[in-house]
Amino acid sequence: MNSRGYYGEFGGAFIPEILISTFEELVDEFEKAKADPAFWQKYMHIMSTYSCRPTPLTFAENLTSLFGGARIYIKREDLNHTGAHKANNVMGQGLLVKRMGKTRVIAETGAGQHGVATATMAARFGFRCTIYMGEVDIERQRPNVFWMERLGAQVIPVRDGTRTLKDAINEAFRDWVTNMHDTHYVLGTACGPHPFPEMVSYFQSIIGEEARGQIIEREGKLPSRVYACVGGGSNALGVFSGFLDDPVQLVAVEAGGKGLNTGRHAARLSSKDASVGVAQGYKTYFLQDSDGQMKKTHSVAAGLDYVGVSPILASLWQEGRVRFESVMDSEVLDAFSLTLKKEGLVPALESAHAFAQAFKEAPHLSSDDIILINQSGRGDKDIFTVADAYNDAQWQDFIRQKARDYGP
Amino acid sequence: MMHNGKISSDKRHEIMALESYIRAVLKEKDILLMTHLIIGYPSFEECFRLIDVMVGAGVDLMELQIPFSEPIADGPVILRANHMALENGVTVQGCLDFARSVIRAFDIPFLLMTYYNIPFTYNTSAFVSAMAKTGLKGAIIPDLPPEEGHDYLEAMQKEGLDPIVIFSPTTSYERMKYLDSFARGFIYCVARRGVTGGDTILSEKLIFYLGLCRKASNLPLALGFGLKEKADMVFLKGKADIAVMGTQTIRTMEKEGIAAVGEFIRRLR
Ligand SMILES: Cc1ncc(COP(=O)(O)O)c(C=O)c1O
Repeated sequence: MNSRGYYGEFGGAFIPEILISTFEELVDEFEKAKADPAFWQKYMHIMSTYSCRPTPLTFAENLTSLFGGARIYIKREDLNHTGAHKANNVMGQGLLVKRMGKTRVIAETGAGQHGVATATMAARFGFRCTIYMGEVDIERQRPNVFWMERLGAQVIPVRDGTRTLKDAINEAFRDWVTNMHDTHYVLGTACGPHPFPEMVSYFQSIIGEEARGQIIEREGKLPSRVYACVGGGSNALGVFSGFLDDPVQLVAVEAGGKGLNTGRHAARLSSKDASVGVAQGYKTYFLQDSDGQMKKTHSVAAGLDYVGVSPILASLWQEGRVRFESVMDSEVLDAFSLTLKKEGLVPALESAHAFAQAFKEAPHLSSDDIILINQSGRGDKDIFTVADAYNDAQWQDFIRQKARDYGP
Repeated sequence: MMHNGKISSDKRHEIMALESYIRAVLKEKDILLMTHLIIGYPSFEECFRLIDVMVGAGVDLMELQIPFSEPIADGPVILRANHMALENGVTVQGCLDFARSVIRAFDIPFLLMTYYNIPFTYNTSAFVSAMAKTGLKGAIIPDLPPEEGHDYLEAMQKEGLDPIVIFSPTTSYERMKYLDSFARGFIYCVARRGVTGGDTILSEKLIFYLGLCRKASNLPLALGFGLKEKADMVFLKGKADIAVMGTQTIRTMEKEGIAAVGEFIRRLR
């Protein structure tokens, strides 16, 4: 292990000895793939023939006139095959798995989007597939569980700890330390031990590369601000990477949950509640107590309900390059509804965090300003959560009827 | 709190380095037995009684684990014990205090096992000093490879504590030599892939692996695996110096109570 993947003081590879050789193999293969122009070509070919790259950049005309400030553009990662940016990372890692000659993939998932993407990639490439998912998340993202199983993956409920994303990551590591000879762990976000933060960001950088070209082609200039939600940080790093060297404000939006003063949130860098720690194989800011035990987090969006944050983002934040904000569950639902009604777009509840923050700021900017929001995924999966939030009587009747049809 | 652990006048481990202690015991026994427990699970009182029973049954060395919310290298039994201890409100300071009282009461060396976030959050060098004051002999931190462990290794050196290094069946011989350069006390050899608590097949492959470990290090070797019966101990004699029993003692305690752990350990000898 020579290059240990540090970004400022964050990152590293805090892994048990049994996995060291597996990580050496992975780092090696990733370095070779990066140096091989044919690899990126193959990646681009798959992403444009199997998924929908380049994804469009949509001008949100109605929202723009509603707020009367900046011109609002939306990068449509929801139009990826499987409905989220997760496909970018998963197909890339799938190609690496082929190069390494492994035959089985495992993954954690929170919102289920990464799980569905991994199950899809496994079906396409002919890998066996196991997905670990916290029990709490299984309950709130049932449609995605259904599709993972239809796709042929085994979904294992995780009942330990907080029964959310971090616990699913722990379980995936436990599987990996047993089965690394034929199994690759497709980590779903830009967290975890080196090389995952770098590797996931590398595949997601396609978002920013496209978005930058698209906005310049359409408007002849750069946006003033770019907004993305942050769970682990992969869609944010993906879109931000296109603008890192430009005079563009990068705004990362975390889950404010019930409010920063309630303790029921997942705001790592936009609250004062997190501190630097080492868990899940890497060093970053974690929501932890003074002993270093991880705390419970909360978000209406399963994909943002996580204790840590990408070491790359933590470093960009520390340097002052990325501004961190948070929005509350209630604000997210409002932004979600408004986007549906005004633009006919259905953002995932995760993505709706970025919309909510952009909507707060758009009116204060001028019509010369452009803002770009990354719509990381589509919200179909959130049907139960949204129906509950609006107390949808007709939906409840339908579910009752369905339950009767299934019998006792 | 009742115990009958002898508090002998010649608390030999106190004056002896861990490695010398192991070598001294090896003159009397073919193989040492090391056990493991999670501090505060099921409670401090029960842990104390468990240690009393284990020392009485002839355990030579013990690992005390400070619970962590994300014990990534542990299997389901130890994982749940970690979470239960934390739910009971166990704190890091409480664990260090407990370790101190145990070390005063029992005449065997104790080691600490935990994940890196615990010392890191406490402040690594302050934590290592606290360990030394407590009388612990060394520590095992499974998620801290030496590449990341500079501060820790330096503090351990300064305080004269032993950083226990881990070898695994996927570790190359070259890497074993590299790891050995940081090691003191003994080498902890993981018997197989997987997390703690699974079964190990006592095979030719295992013998070969232990042979490789022996070649790579002059320190005593401990082997962690699913010890179940006397035959397992007999198999290991001469091949390893310390047999480690972690999950099985916890399972026995959970199913049959603390006294049964003593009987289980006696049957191994
Ligand atoms: C649609 C969507 N957006 C965002 C996220 C958050 O992940 P990340 O921060 O890695 O982009 C998820 C995670 O599940 C997701 O499904």
